[in-house]
Amino acid sequence: MIRDQGLLSKIWRFAVWAVVGLFVLNLLAVIVVVIINSFSTRWLGTWLPAGWTTRWYFSAWKEFQLGSIVLVTFQIAFAVVLISGLIGVMTAYALARRDFPGKRAIILMFLLPLLIPPLTYGIPLATLLYKMGFGGTFWGAVLINLVPSVPFVVLVMIPFVEQIDPRIEAAARVFGAGTTSLFIRVLFPLLLPGMLAALLLVLVRTVAMFELTFLIAGPTTQTLVVSLYYAVFASGVRASQSIDAMAVVYMVTTLIWLVLALQFVSPTQIVARAKQQ
Amino acid sequence: MSAPGNERTGSERMGRERMGSREGGVSFRARLAARGIDGTTLLVLPGLLLMLLLFIYPFAYGIADSLSPAEGPWYANYAKFFGDPFQSRTIAATLWLALPVTLVNLALAVPIAFRVRLMKRQRLLTTILVLPITLGTVFVADGLLTFLGPRGWFNHTLIGLGILDSPVKLTNNYWGVFASLLITGFPFSFLLVLSYVTGIDPAIEHAAATLGAGPRRRFWHIFLPLLVPGLAVTFCLAFVQAYAVFPSAVLLGAPSGPTRVISIAAYQAAFEQSDHAYGTAIAIIMGGVELVIVAGVLALRSLFYSGPVAGTKG
Repeated sequence: MIRDQGLLSKIWRFAVWAVVGLFVLNLLAVIVVVIINSFSTRWLGTWLPAGWTTRWYFSAWKEFQLGSIVLVTFQIAFAVVLISGLIGVMTAYALARRDFPGKRAIILMFLLPLLIPPLTYGIPLATLLYKMGFGGTFWGAVLINLVPSVPFVVLVMIPFVEQIDPRIEAAARVFGAGTTSLFIRVLFPLLLPGMLAALLLVLVRTVAMFELTFLIAGPTTQTLVVSLYYAVFASGVRASQSIDAMAVVYMVTTLIWLVLALQFVSPTQIVARAKQQ
Repeated sequence: MSAPGNERTGSERMGRERMGSREGGVSFRARLAARGIDGTTLLVLPGLLLMLLLFIYPFAYGIADSLSPAEGPWYANYAKFFGDPFQSRTIAATLWLALPVTLVNLALAVPIAFRVRLMKRQRLLTTILVLPITLGTVFVADGLLTFLGPRGWFNHTLIGLGILDSPVKLTNNYWGVFASLLITGFPFSFLLVLSYVTGIDPAIEHAAATLGAGPRRRFWHIFLPLLVPGLAVTFCLAFVQAYAVFPSAVLLGAPSGPTRVISIAAYQAAFEQSDHAYGTAIAIIMGGVELVIVAGVLALRSLFYSGPVAGTKG
Protein backbone atom coordinates (compact mmCIF):
# COMPACT_ATOMS: atom_id res chain seq x y z
CA MET A 1 0.00 0.00 0.00
CA ILE A 2 1.20 3.46 -0.83
CA ARG A 3 0.76 6.42 1.50
CA ASP A 4 1.12 9.89 0.03
CA GLN A 5 2.59 12.68 2.12
CA GLY A 6 1.73 15.90 0.26
CA LEU A 7 -0.31 18.67 1.87
CA LEU A 8 -3.27 18.13 -0.46
CA SER A 9 -3.37 14.45 0.44
CA LYS A 10 -3.34 15.36 4.10
CA ILE A 11 -6.30 17.70 3.67
CA TRP A 12 -8.11 15.08 1.64
CA ARG A 13 -7.42 12.41 4.23
CA PHE A 14 -8.69 14.68 6.98
CA ALA A 15 -11.87 15.45 5.01
CA VAL A 16 -12.59 11.76 4.43
CA TRP A 17 -12.10 10.86 8.07
CA ALA A 18 -14.25 13.83 9.11
CA VAL A 19 -17.11 12.50 6.98
CA VAL A 20 -16.67 9.01 8.45
CA GLY A 21 -16.60 10.45 11.96
CA LEU A 22 -19.73 12.51 11.39
CA PHE A 23 -21.59 9.56 9.91
CA VAL A 24 -20.67 7.19 12.73
CA LEU A 25 -21.53 9.86 15.29
CA ASN A 26 -25.00 10.39 13.83
CA LEU A 27 -25.57 6.68 13.42
CA LEU A 28 -24.68 5.94 17.04
CA ALA A 29 -26.74 8.94 18.17
CA VAL A 30 -29.84 7.52 16.43
CA ILE A 31 -29.44 4.27 18.36
CA VAL A 32 -28.49 5.91 21.67
CA VAL A 33 -31.47 8.30 21.48
CA VAL A 34 -33.84 5.32 21.44
CA ILE A 35 -32.11 3.70 24.42
CA ILE A 36 -32.03 6.93 26.47
CA ASN A 37 -35.66 7.73 25.72
CA SER A 38 -36.77 4.28 26.85
CA PHE A 39 -35.22 4.92 30.28
CA SER A 40 -36.38 8.50 30.71
CA THR A 41 -39.19 9.86 32.83
CA ARG A 42 -39.63 12.95 30.67
CA TRP A 43 -37.40 14.16 27.84
CA LEU A 44 -38.23 17.33 25.94
CA GLY A 45 -35.78 19.62 24.24
CA THR A 46 -32.82 19.11 26.58
CA TRP A 47 -29.61 17.17 26.20
CA LEU A 48 -30.56 14.53 28.71
CA PRO A 49 -33.91 13.58 30.22
CA ALA A 50 -35.22 14.97 33.49
CA GLY A 51 -35.00 11.63 35.30
CA TRP A 52 -34.37 7.93 34.82
CA THR A 53 -36.72 5.00 35.23
CA THR A 54 -37.20 1.42 34.09
CA ARG A 55 -40.97 1.41 34.39
CA TRP A 56 -41.54 1.80 30.63
CA TYR A 57 -40.20 -1.69 30.11
CA PHE A 58 -42.78 -3.13 32.47
CA SER A 59 -45.61 -1.12 30.96
CA ALA A 60 -44.50 -1.90 27.37
CA TRP A 61 -44.19 -5.58 28.21
CA LYS A 62 -47.81 -5.59 29.38
CA GLU A 63 -49.27 -3.07 26.92
CA PHE A 64 -47.86 -4.66 23.79
CA GLN A 65 -47.91 -8.22 25.15
CA LEU A 66 -44.26 -8.42 24.30
CA GLY A 67 -43.90 -11.84 25.89
CA SER A 68 -46.06 -13.53 23.31
CA ILE A 69 -44.73 -11.35 20.48
CA VAL A 70 -41.13 -12.30 21.23
CA LEU A 71 -42.16 -15.94 21.40
CA VAL A 72 -43.97 -15.78 18.05
CA THR A 73 -41.03 -13.94 16.47
CA PHE A 74 -38.64 -16.69 17.50
CA GLN A 75 -41.00 -19.48 16.51
CA ILE A 76 -41.37 -18.02 13.04
CA ALA A 77 -37.66 -17.25 12.71
CA PHE A 78 -36.54 -20.69 13.86
CA ALA A 79 -39.03 -22.45 11.60
CA VAL A 80 -37.73 -20.41 8.67
CA VAL A 81 -34.12 -21.17 9.64
CA LEU A 82 -34.75 -24.92 9.93
CA ILE A 83 -36.65 -25.26 6.67
CA SER A 84 -34.48 -22.95 4.61
CA GLY A 85 -31.35 -24.53 6.09
CA LEU A 86 -32.40 -28.05 5.19
CA ILE A 87 -33.63 -27.23 1.71
CA GLY A 88 -31.00 -24.60 0.99
CA VAL A 89 -28.01 -26.75 1.88
CA MET A 90 -29.31 -29.68 -0.20
CA THR A 91 -29.89 -27.43 -3.19
CA ALA A 92 -26.53 -25.70 -2.79
CA TYR A 93 -24.79 -29.07 -2.64
CA ALA A 94 -26.38 -30.24 -5.88
CA LEU A 95 -25.72 -26.92 -7.63
CA ALA A 96 -22.09 -26.84 -6.50
CA ARG A 97 -21.26 -30.44 -7.41
CA ARG A 98 -23.12 -31.12 -10.66
CA ASP A 99 -23.42 -29.53 -14.06
CA PHE A 100 -26.73 -30.30 -15.63
CA PRO A 101 -28.96 -28.81 -18.30
CA GLY A 102 -31.02 -25.91 -16.99
CA LYS A 103 -28.65 -25.15 -14.12
CA ARG A 104 -28.20 -21.53 -15.17
CA ALA A 105 -31.96 -20.99 -15.23
CA ILE A 106 -32.25 -22.45 -11.73
CA ILE A 107 -29.49 -20.21 -10.39
CA LEU A 108 -31.21 -17.21 -12.00
CA MET A 109 -34.43 -18.22 -10.28
CA PHE A 110 -32.62 -18.20 -6.93
CA LEU A 111 -31.10 -14.79 -7.70
CA LEU A 112 -34.36 -13.08 -8.65
CA PRO A 113 -35.97 -12.79 -5.19
CA LEU A 114 -32.86 -10.92 -4.03
CA LEU A 115 -33.10 -8.53 -6.98
CA ILE A 116 -36.75 -7.55 -7.15
CA PRO A 117 -38.52 -5.57 -4.42
CA PRO A 118 -40.14 -7.76 -1.75
CA LEU A 119 -43.53 -6.16 -2.30
CA THR A 120 -43.50 -7.10 -5.99
CA TYR A 121 -43.58 -10.81 -5.23
CA GLY A 122 -45.00 -10.38 -1.75
CA ILE A 123 -48.36 -8.94 -2.82
CA PRO A 124 -49.34 -11.73 -5.26
CA LEU A 125 -48.01 -14.38 -2.87
CA ALA A 126 -49.87 -12.89 0.09
CA THR A 127 -53.06 -12.70 -2.01
CA LEU A 128 -52.69 -16.37 -2.84
CA LEU A 129 -51.92 -17.34 0.75
CA TYR A 130 -55.01 -15.46 1.97
CA LYS A 131 -57.11 -17.34 -0.58
CA MET A 132 -55.75 -20.63 0.66
CA GLY A 133 -56.56 -19.70 4.26
CA PHE A 134 -53.00 -19.03 5.40
CA GLY A 135 -53.69 -15.33 6.04
CA GLY A 136 -52.68 -14.32 9.56
CA THR A 137 -51.47 -17.81 10.43
CA PHE A 138 -48.13 -19.00 11.66
CA TRP A 139 -47.43 -21.04 8.52
CA GLY A 140 -48.40 -18.15 6.28
CA ALA A 141 -45.71 -16.02 7.90
CA VAL A 142 -43.19 -18.86 7.62
CA LEU A 143 -43.99 -19.56 3.95
CA ILE A 144 -43.71 -15.93 2.84
CA ASN A 145 -40.38 -15.59 4.67
CA LEU A 146 -38.97 -18.68 2.94
CA VAL A 147 -38.99 -16.90 -0.44
CA PRO A 148 -35.97 -14.69 0.28
CA SER A 149 -34.37 -17.07 2.83
CA VAL A 150 -33.94 -20.21 0.75
CA PRO A 151 -32.15 -18.40 -2.12
CA PHE A 152 -30.01 -16.62 0.46
CA VAL A 153 -28.87 -19.91 2.01
CA VAL A 154 -28.28 -21.43 -1.44
CA LEU A 155 -26.14 -18.54 -2.65
CA VAL A 156 -24.15 -18.37 0.59
CA MET A 157 -23.59 -22.13 0.72
CA ILE A 158 -22.51 -22.75 -2.92
CA PRO A 159 -18.99 -21.32 -2.39
CA PHE A 160 -18.70 -23.20 0.90
CA VAL A 161 -19.49 -26.51 -0.81
CA GLU A 162 -17.21 -25.73 -3.73
CA GLN A 163 -14.21 -25.24 -1.49
CA ILE A 164 -14.52 -28.78 -0.11
CA ASP A 165 -12.28 -31.03 -2.14
CA PRO A 166 -14.43 -33.73 -3.82
CA ARG A 167 -11.57 -36.16 -3.35
CA ILE A 168 -12.33 -36.15 0.38
CA GLU A 169 -15.76 -37.51 -0.41
CA ALA A 170 -14.26 -40.02 -2.83
CA ALA A 171 -11.81 -41.16 -0.14
CA ALA A 172 -14.66 -41.66 2.31
CA ARG A 173 -16.46 -43.76 -0.29
CA VAL A 174 -13.34 -45.86 -0.84
CA PHE A 175 -13.21 -46.60 2.89
CA GLY A 176 -16.75 -47.83 2.71
CA ALA A 177 -18.85 -44.88 3.85
CA GLY A 178 -22.45 -45.01 2.73
CA THR A 179 -24.37 -41.92 1.70
CA THR A 180 -25.71 -41.35 5.22
CA SER A 181 -22.40 -41.67 7.02
CA LEU A 182 -20.74 -39.63 4.28
CA PHE A 183 -23.11 -36.80 4.99
CA ILE A 184 -23.05 -37.06 8.77
CA ARG A 185 -19.35 -37.78 9.34
CA VAL A 186 -17.61 -36.05 6.43
CA LEU A 187 -19.69 -33.33 4.82
CA PHE A 188 -21.56 -32.05 7.86
CA PRO A 189 -18.49 -31.23 9.98
CA LEU A 190 -16.79 -29.59 6.99
CA LEU A 191 -19.85 -27.52 6.13
CA LEU A 192 -20.69 -26.61 9.72
CA PRO A 193 -18.97 -23.18 9.87
CA GLY A 194 -20.59 -22.12 6.60
CA MET A 195 -23.98 -23.44 7.67
CA LEU A 196 -23.84 -21.70 11.04
CA ALA A 197 -22.96 -18.42 9.37
CA ALA A 198 -25.68 -18.73 6.75
CA LEU A 199 -28.35 -19.79 9.23
CA LEU A 200 -27.51 -17.09 11.77
CA LEU A 201 -27.75 -14.50 9.03
CA VAL A 202 -31.11 -15.92 7.96
CA LEU A 203 -32.21 -15.67 11.58
CA VAL A 204 -31.17 -12.00 11.77
CA ARG A 205 -32.82 -11.24 8.44
CA THR A 206 -36.07 -12.98 9.37
CA VAL A 207 -36.32 -11.23 12.73
CA ALA A 208 -35.73 -7.91 10.94
CA MET A 209 -37.84 -8.71 7.84
CA PHE A 210 -40.66 -6.19 7.86
CA GLU A 211 -42.24 -5.97 4.40
CA LEU A 212 -43.17 -9.61 3.87
CA THR A 213 -44.25 -10.48 7.40
CA PHE A 214 -46.29 -7.28 7.49
CA LEU A 215 -48.33 -8.40 4.46
CA ILE A 216 -49.45 -11.68 6.00
CA ALA A 217 -49.30 -11.17 9.79
CA GLY A 218 -52.52 -11.30 11.74
CA PRO A 219 -53.16 -10.22 15.34
CA THR A 220 -51.62 -13.37 16.80
CA THR A 221 -48.72 -13.68 14.37
CA GLN A 222 -47.19 -10.23 14.51
CA THR A 223 -43.45 -10.33 14.85
CA LEU A 224 -41.60 -7.74 16.90
CA VAL A 225 -40.72 -5.55 13.94
CA VAL A 226 -44.30 -5.50 12.68
CA SER A 227 -45.63 -4.56 16.13
CA LEU A 228 -42.97 -1.88 16.36
CA TYR A 229 -44.14 -0.48 13.02
CA TYR A 230 -47.76 -0.36 14.17
CA ALA A 231 -46.72 1.28 17.44
CA VAL A 232 -44.66 3.99 15.71
CA PHE A 233 -47.39 4.41 13.11
CA ALA A 234 -49.93 5.14 15.83
CA SER A 235 -47.52 7.13 17.97
CA GLY A 236 -49.35 9.67 20.05
CA VAL A 237 -51.66 6.92 21.25
CA ARG A 238 -48.95 5.62 23.57
CA ALA A 239 -46.04 7.23 25.36
CA SER A 240 -42.98 7.46 23.12
CA GLN A 241 -40.89 5.94 25.92
CA SER A 242 -43.05 2.84 25.84
CA ILE A 243 -42.56 2.49 22.08
CA ASP A 244 -38.83 2.98 22.45
CA ALA A 245 -38.72 0.34 25.19
CA MET A 246 -40.19 -2.07 22.65
CA ALA A 247 -37.63 -0.88 20.08
CA VAL A 248 -34.83 -1.68 22.54
CA VAL A 249 -36.26 -5.17 23.11
CA TYR A 250 -36.31 -5.62 19.34
CA MET A 251 -32.75 -4.32 19.04
CA VAL A 252 -31.49 -6.75 21.67
CA THR A 253 -33.20 -9.75 20.03
CA THR A 254 -31.63 -8.84 16.69
CA LEU A 255 -28.16 -7.99 17.92
CA ILE A 256 -27.70 -11.21 19.93
CA TRP A 257 -27.76 -13.18 16.69
CA LEU A 258 -25.66 -10.60 14.86
CA VAL A 259 -22.93 -10.88 17.50
CA LEU A 260 -23.04 -14.67 17.16
CA ALA A 261 -22.95 -14.44 13.36
CA LEU A 262 -19.95 -12.13 13.49
CA GLN A 263 -17.97 -14.98 15.11
CA PHE A 264 -18.12 -16.78 11.77
CA VAL A 265 -18.15 -14.03 9.14
CA SER A 266 -16.71 -10.56 8.83
CA PRO A 267 -19.15 -7.65 8.51
CA THR A 268 -18.10 -7.15 4.89
CA GLN A 269 -19.20 -10.68 4.05
CA ILE A 270 -22.68 -10.09 5.42
CA VAL A 271 -23.39 -7.85 2.45
CA ALA A 272 -20.90 -9.09 -0.06
CA ARG A 273 -20.76 -12.84 -0.03
CA ALA A 274 -24.38 -13.51 -0.86
CA LYS A 275 -24.47 -10.84 -3.50
CA GLN A 276 -21.29 -11.41 -5.43
CA GLN A 277 -22.39 -13.69 -8.19
CA MET B 1 -17.95 -26.07 -10.56
CA SER B 2 -16.44 -29.14 -12.24
CA ALA B 3 -18.10 -32.41 -11.38
CA PRO B 4 -15.36 -34.84 -10.46
CA GLY B 5 -14.84 -37.63 -12.92
CA ASN B 6 -14.29 -40.46 -10.48
CA GLU B 7 -17.50 -39.73 -8.63
CA ARG B 8 -19.49 -39.63 -11.77
CA THR B 9 -18.18 -43.02 -12.87
CA GLY B 10 -18.99 -44.30 -9.40
CA SER B 11 -22.64 -43.44 -9.68
CA GLU B 12 -22.60 -44.56 -13.28
CA ARG B 13 -21.45 -47.97 -12.20
CA MET B 14 -23.98 -48.08 -9.41
CA GLY B 15 -26.71 -47.18 -11.82
CA ARG B 16 -25.66 -49.84 -14.27
CA GLU B 17 -25.63 -52.54 -11.62
CA ARG B 18 -29.07 -51.61 -10.40
CA MET B 19 -30.52 -51.57 -13.84
CA GLY B 20 -28.88 -54.94 -14.44
CA SER B 21 -28.00 -53.89 -17.93
CA ARG B 22 -24.33 -54.69 -17.85
CA GLU B 23 -24.49 -56.54 -21.12
CA GLY B 24 -27.11 -54.25 -22.68
CA GLY B 25 -24.65 -51.42 -23.32
CA VAL B 26 -25.02 -48.01 -21.70
CA SER B 27 -28.16 -47.76 -19.62
CA PHE B 28 -30.56 -44.83 -19.53
CA ARG B 29 -29.37 -43.99 -16.05
CA ALA B 30 -25.76 -43.94 -17.08
CA ARG B 31 -26.55 -41.69 -19.99
CA LEU B 32 -28.34 -39.32 -17.60
CA ALA B 33 -25.40 -39.43 -15.23
CA ALA B 34 -23.07 -38.54 -18.08
CA ARG B 35 -25.08 -35.37 -18.55
CA GLY B 36 -24.81 -34.59 -14.86
CA ILE B 37 -28.12 -35.96 -13.64
CA ASP B 38 -27.89 -38.55 -10.89
CA GLY B 39 -28.84 -38.99 -7.26
CA THR B 40 -26.92 -35.93 -6.16
CA THR B 41 -28.59 -33.77 -8.78
CA LEU B 42 -31.96 -34.79 -7.42
CA LEU B 43 -31.11 -32.92 -4.21
CA VAL B 44 -31.97 -29.77 -6.12
CA LEU B 45 -35.61 -30.85 -6.35
CA PRO B 46 -36.97 -29.71 -2.94
CA GLY B 47 -35.51 -26.23 -3.42
CA LEU B 48 -36.71 -26.10 -7.00
CA LEU B 49 -40.20 -27.20 -6.01
CA LEU B 50 -40.38 -24.67 -3.19
CA MET B 51 -39.36 -21.81 -5.46
CA LEU B 52 -41.78 -22.90 -8.16
CA LEU B 53 -44.63 -23.02 -5.65
CA LEU B 54 -43.84 -19.90 -3.61
CA PHE B 55 -42.20 -17.65 -6.18
CA ILE B 56 -42.84 -18.55 -9.82
CA TYR B 57 -46.44 -19.72 -9.47
CA PRO B 58 -47.65 -16.75 -7.36
CA PHE B 59 -45.88 -14.43 -9.76
CA ALA B 60 -47.56 -15.97 -12.79
CA TYR B 61 -50.84 -16.00 -10.87
CA GLY B 62 -50.36 -12.33 -10.05
CA ILE B 63 -49.73 -11.40 -13.67
CA ALA B 64 -52.83 -13.30 -14.76
CA ASP B 65 -54.79 -11.76 -11.89
CA SER B 66 -53.75 -8.22 -12.81
CA LEU B 67 -54.69 -8.85 -16.44
CA SER B 68 -58.21 -9.97 -15.62
CA PRO B 69 -59.90 -6.94 -14.04
CA ALA B 70 -63.46 -6.98 -12.72
CA GLU B 71 -64.55 -4.80 -15.60
CA GLY B 72 -63.09 -3.26 -18.73
CA PRO B 73 -60.49 -4.61 -21.16
CA TRP B 74 -57.59 -6.85 -20.08
CA TYR B 75 -55.27 -3.92 -19.53
CA ALA B 76 -57.79 -1.96 -17.42
CA ASN B 77 -55.75 -2.17 -14.18
CA TYR B 78 -52.66 -0.82 -15.88
CA ALA B 79 -54.63 1.90 -17.69
CA LYS B 80 -56.16 2.87 -14.34
CA PHE B 81 -52.72 3.31 -12.80
CA PHE B 82 -51.26 5.37 -15.60
CA GLY B 83 -54.48 7.33 -16.09
CA ASP B 84 -54.59 8.52 -12.48
CA PRO B 85 -51.92 11.16 -11.79
CA PHE B 86 -52.21 10.56 -8.03
CA GLN B 87 -51.03 6.99 -8.68
CA SER B 88 -48.70 7.36 -11.64
CA ARG B 89 -46.65 10.12 -10.08
CA THR B 90 -45.60 7.68 -7.35
CA ILE B 91 -43.07 6.34 -9.89
CA ALA B 92 -41.42 9.76 -10.12
CA ALA B 93 -41.64 10.21 -6.34
CA THR B 94 -39.90 6.87 -5.79
CA LEU B 95 -37.16 7.55 -8.32
CA TRP B 96 -36.70 11.07 -6.99
CA LEU B 97 -35.86 9.50 -3.63
CA ALA B 98 -34.02 6.36 -4.66
CA LEU B 99 -31.74 7.67 -7.42
CA PRO B 100 -30.20 10.67 -5.54
CA VAL B 101 -29.76 8.62 -2.36
CA THR B 102 -28.06 5.80 -4.23
CA LEU B 103 -25.72 8.21 -6.02
CA VAL B 104 -24.85 10.02 -2.77
CA ASN B 105 -24.23 6.70 -1.03
CA LEU B 106 -21.90 5.53 -3.80
CA ALA B 107 -20.11 8.88 -4.03
CA LEU B 108 -19.41 8.73 -0.30
CA ALA B 109 -18.59 5.04 -0.27
CA VAL B 110 -15.80 5.09 -2.87
CA PRO B 111 -13.36 7.59 -1.28
CA ILE B 112 -14.05 6.23 2.20
CA ALA B 113 -13.47 2.65 1.08
CA PHE B 114 -10.14 3.76 -0.42
CA ARG B 115 -9.11 5.19 2.95
CA VAL B 116 -10.40 2.31 5.01
CA ARG B 117 -8.58 -0.28 2.89
CA LEU B 118 -5.32 1.13 4.31
CA MET B 119 -6.56 0.66 7.88
CA LYS B 120 -5.20 -2.25 9.86
CA ARG B 121 -8.18 -2.61 12.20
CA GLN B 122 -11.26 -2.27 10.06
CA ARG B 123 -13.30 -4.58 12.19
CA LEU B 124 -14.66 -2.01 14.65
CA LEU B 125 -15.76 0.39 11.93
CA THR B 126 -17.35 -2.29 9.77
CA THR B 127 -19.14 -3.73 12.80
CA ILE B 128 -20.63 -0.34 13.66
CA LEU B 129 -21.69 0.14 10.06
CA VAL B 130 -23.40 -3.22 9.86
CA LEU B 131 -25.70 -2.23 12.75
CA PRO B 132 -28.25 -0.15 10.78
CA ILE B 133 -28.42 -2.81 8.06
CA THR B 134 -29.35 -5.49 10.57
CA LEU B 135 -31.64 -3.29 12.67
CA GLY B 136 -33.68 -2.44 9.60
CA THR B 137 -35.64 0.58 8.45
CA VAL B 138 -38.41 0.43 11.07
CA PHE B 139 -36.00 0.79 13.98
CA VAL B 140 -33.98 3.47 12.18
CA ALA B 141 -37.18 5.38 11.41
CA ASP B 142 -38.17 5.23 15.09
CA GLY B 143 -34.77 6.53 16.16
CA LEU B 144 -34.65 9.24 13.51
CA LEU B 145 -38.07 10.55 14.54
CA THR B 146 -36.60 11.46 17.92
CA PHE B 147 -33.11 12.35 16.72
CA LEU B 148 -34.11 14.64 13.84
CA GLY B 149 -37.25 15.99 15.47
CA PRO B 150 -37.61 19.70 16.24
CA ARG B 151 -36.41 19.09 19.80
CA GLY B 152 -33.99 16.29 19.00
CA TRP B 153 -30.23 16.16 19.36
CA PHE B 154 -29.59 17.09 15.73
CA ASN B 155 -31.37 20.44 15.85
CA HIS B 156 -30.19 20.99 19.41
CA THR B 157 -26.54 20.66 18.35
CA LEU B 158 -26.86 22.88 15.28
CA ILE B 159 -28.58 25.60 17.29
CA GLY B 160 -26.05 25.24 20.08
CA LEU B 161 -23.20 25.66 17.57
CA GLY B 162 -24.88 28.77 16.21
CA ILE B 163 -25.36 27.29 12.72
CA LEU B 164 -29.14 27.55 12.97
CA ASP B 165 -31.45 30.03 14.63
CA SER B 166 -34.55 27.92 14.72
CA PRO B 167 -34.96 24.15 14.26
CA VAL B 168 -35.24 22.83 10.69
CA LYS B 169 -38.05 20.46 9.87
CA LEU B 170 -36.47 17.13 8.98
CA THR B 171 -39.22 14.65 9.77
CA ASN B 172 -42.49 13.94 8.03
CA ASN B 173 -41.08 15.18 4.74
CA TYR B 174 -38.70 14.23 1.93
CA TRP B 175 -35.55 14.76 4.00
CA GLY B 176 -36.61 12.38 6.75
CA VAL B 177 -36.90 9.54 4.27
CA PHE B 178 -33.67 10.66 2.61
CA ALA B 179 -31.86 10.50 5.95
CA SER B 180 -33.18 7.03 6.72
CA LEU B 181 -32.10 5.76 3.29
CA LEU B 182 -28.69 7.33 3.82
CA ILE B 183 -28.22 5.72 7.22
CA THR B 184 -29.15 2.22 6.06
CA GLY B 185 -27.94 2.55 2.46
CA PHE B 186 -24.50 4.09 2.92
CA PRO B 187 -23.15 1.25 5.09
CA PHE B 188 -24.51 -1.26 2.59
CA SER B 189 -22.83 0.46 -0.39
CA PHE B 190 -19.67 1.03 1.59
CA LEU B 191 -19.25 -2.59 2.68
CA LEU B 192 -19.84 -3.79 -0.88
CA VAL B 193 -17.39 -1.28 -2.39
CA LEU B 194 -14.86 -2.15 0.30
CA SER B 195 -15.02 -5.81 -0.66
CA TYR B 196 -14.39 -4.87 -4.30
CA VAL B 197 -11.59 -2.41 -3.51
CA THR B 198 -9.72 -4.85 -1.28
CA GLY B 199 -10.02 -7.43 -4.07
CA ILE B 200 -7.76 -5.35 -6.33
CA ASP B 201 -4.17 -6.52 -6.26
CA PRO B 202 -2.02 -3.77 -4.63
CA ALA B 203 0.82 -4.72 -6.99
CA ILE B 204 -1.11 -3.02 -9.79
CA GLU B 205 -1.06 0.24 -7.84
CA HIS B 206 2.64 -0.21 -7.08
CA ALA B 207 3.38 -0.69 -10.76
CA ALA B 208 1.52 2.52 -11.60
CA ALA B 209 3.34 4.42 -8.85
CA THR B 210 6.69 3.08 -10.08
CA LEU B 211 5.90 4.45 -13.50
CA GLY B 212 5.34 7.87 -11.94
CA ALA B 213 1.55 8.12 -11.60
CA GLY B 214 0.38 10.40 -8.79
CA PRO B 215 -2.53 9.53 -6.49
CA ARG B 216 -5.11 11.21 -8.70
CA ARG B 217 -3.95 9.51 -11.88
CA ARG B 218 -3.69 6.17 -10.10
CA PHE B 219 -7.32 6.52 -9.08
CA TRP B 220 -8.74 7.70 -12.39
CA HIS B 221 -6.63 5.55 -14.71
CA ILE B 222 -5.92 2.42 -12.70
CA PHE B 223 -8.47 1.86 -9.96
CA LEU B 224 -11.61 3.31 -11.43
CA PRO B 225 -11.61 1.26 -14.66
CA LEU B 226 -11.02 -1.90 -12.59
CA LEU B 227 -13.80 -0.92 -10.19
CA VAL B 228 -16.49 0.00 -12.71
CA PRO B 229 -18.06 -3.49 -12.91
CA GLY B 230 -18.17 -3.71 -9.11
CA LEU B 231 -19.57 -0.21 -8.80
CA ALA B 232 -22.31 -1.02 -11.30
CA VAL B 233 -23.35 -4.07 -9.27
CA THR B 234 -23.19 -2.03 -6.05
CA PHE B 235 -25.32 0.67 -7.64
CA CYS B 236 -27.93 -1.88 -8.67
CA LEU B 237 -28.12 -3.60 -5.27
CA ALA B 238 -28.18 -0.31 -3.37
CA PHE B 239 -30.78 1.06 -5.75
CA VAL B 240 -32.98 -2.02 -5.30
CA GLN B 241 -32.99 -1.40 -1.55
CA ALA B 242 -33.70 2.31 -1.77
CA TYR B 243 -36.34 1.80 -4.44
CA ALA B 244 -38.27 -0.68 -2.29
CA VAL B 245 -38.50 1.89 0.54
CA PHE B 246 -41.72 1.37 2.44
CA PRO B 247 -41.81 1.63 6.26
CA SER B 248 -39.63 4.73 6.50
CA ALA B 249 -41.57 6.50 3.74
CA VAL B 250 -44.70 6.03 5.86
CA LEU B 251 -43.20 6.74 9.28
CA LEU B 252 -40.67 9.45 8.48
CA GLY B 253 -42.11 10.93 5.32
CA ALA B 254 -45.32 12.48 4.11
CA PRO B 255 -47.11 9.32 2.94
CA SER B 256 -49.91 11.19 1.25
CA GLY B 257 -47.66 13.85 -0.26
CA PRO B 258 -44.15 13.97 -1.70
CA THR B 259 -43.00 10.64 -0.29
CA ARG B 260 -46.00 8.65 -1.44
CA VAL B 261 -43.77 6.02 -3.05
CA ILE B 262 -45.01 3.28 -5.34
CA SER B 263 -44.83 0.58 -2.65
CA ILE B 264 -47.35 2.58 -0.59
CA ALA B 265 -49.65 2.78 -3.62
CA ALA B 266 -49.36 -0.98 -4.17
CA TYR B 267 -49.96 -1.79 -0.51
CA GLN B 268 -52.96 0.52 -0.22
CA ALA B 269 -54.60 -0.85 -3.36
CA ALA B 270 -54.07 -4.47 -2.39
CA PHE B 271 -54.82 -4.43 1.33
CA GLU B 272 -56.64 -1.24 2.26
CA GLN B 273 -58.98 -1.17 -0.74
CA SER B 274 -58.82 -4.99 -1.03
CA ASP B 275 -58.43 -4.76 -4.80
CA HIS B 276 -55.77 -7.44 -5.14
CA ALA B 277 -55.78 -7.38 -8.94
CA TYR B 278 -55.04 -3.65 -8.96
CA GLY B 279 -52.51 -3.96 -6.14
CA THR B 280 -50.71 -6.73 -7.99
CA ALA B 281 -50.72 -4.63 -11.17
CA ILE B 282 -48.99 -1.78 -9.29
CA ALA B 283 -46.54 -4.24 -7.71
CA ILE B 284 -45.65 -5.56 -11.15
CA ILE B 285 -45.23 -2.05 -12.56
CA MET B 286 -42.97 -1.40 -9.59
CA GLY B 287 -40.81 -4.43 -10.35
CA GLY B 288 -40.78 -3.59 -14.06
CA VAL B 289 -39.54 -0.03 -13.60
CA GLU B 290 -36.82 -1.26 -11.27
CA LEU B 291 -35.66 -4.02 -13.61
CA VAL B 292 -35.48 -1.53 -16.52
CA ILE B 293 -33.09 0.68 -14.53
CA VAL B 294 -31.02 -2.25 -13.27
CA ALA B 295 -30.78 -3.70 -16.78
CA GLY B 296 -29.77 -0.27 -18.13
CA VAL B 297 -26.95 0.07 -15.59
CA LEU B 298 -25.74 -3.47 -16.23
CA ALA B 299 -25.81 -2.84 -19.99
CA LEU B 300 -23.69 0.28 -19.49
CA ARG B 301 -21.31 -1.81 -17.43
CA SER B 302 -20.63 -4.15 -20.33
CA LEU B 303 -19.14 -1.18 -22.22
CA PHE B 304 -16.28 -1.11 -19.72
CA TYR B 305 -13.38 -3.42 -18.99
CA SER B 306 -14.29 -6.55 -17.16
CA GLY B 307 -11.61 -8.99 -16.33
CA PRO B 308 -9.30 -10.13 -13.57
CA VAL B 309 -8.44 -7.56 -10.92
CA ALA B 310 -5.85 -9.78 -9.29
CA GLY B 311 -2.36 -9.73 -10.72
CA THR B 312 -1.10 -12.83 -12.48
CA LYS B 313 1.69 -14.80 -10.95
CA GLY B 314 4.91 -15.72 -12.72
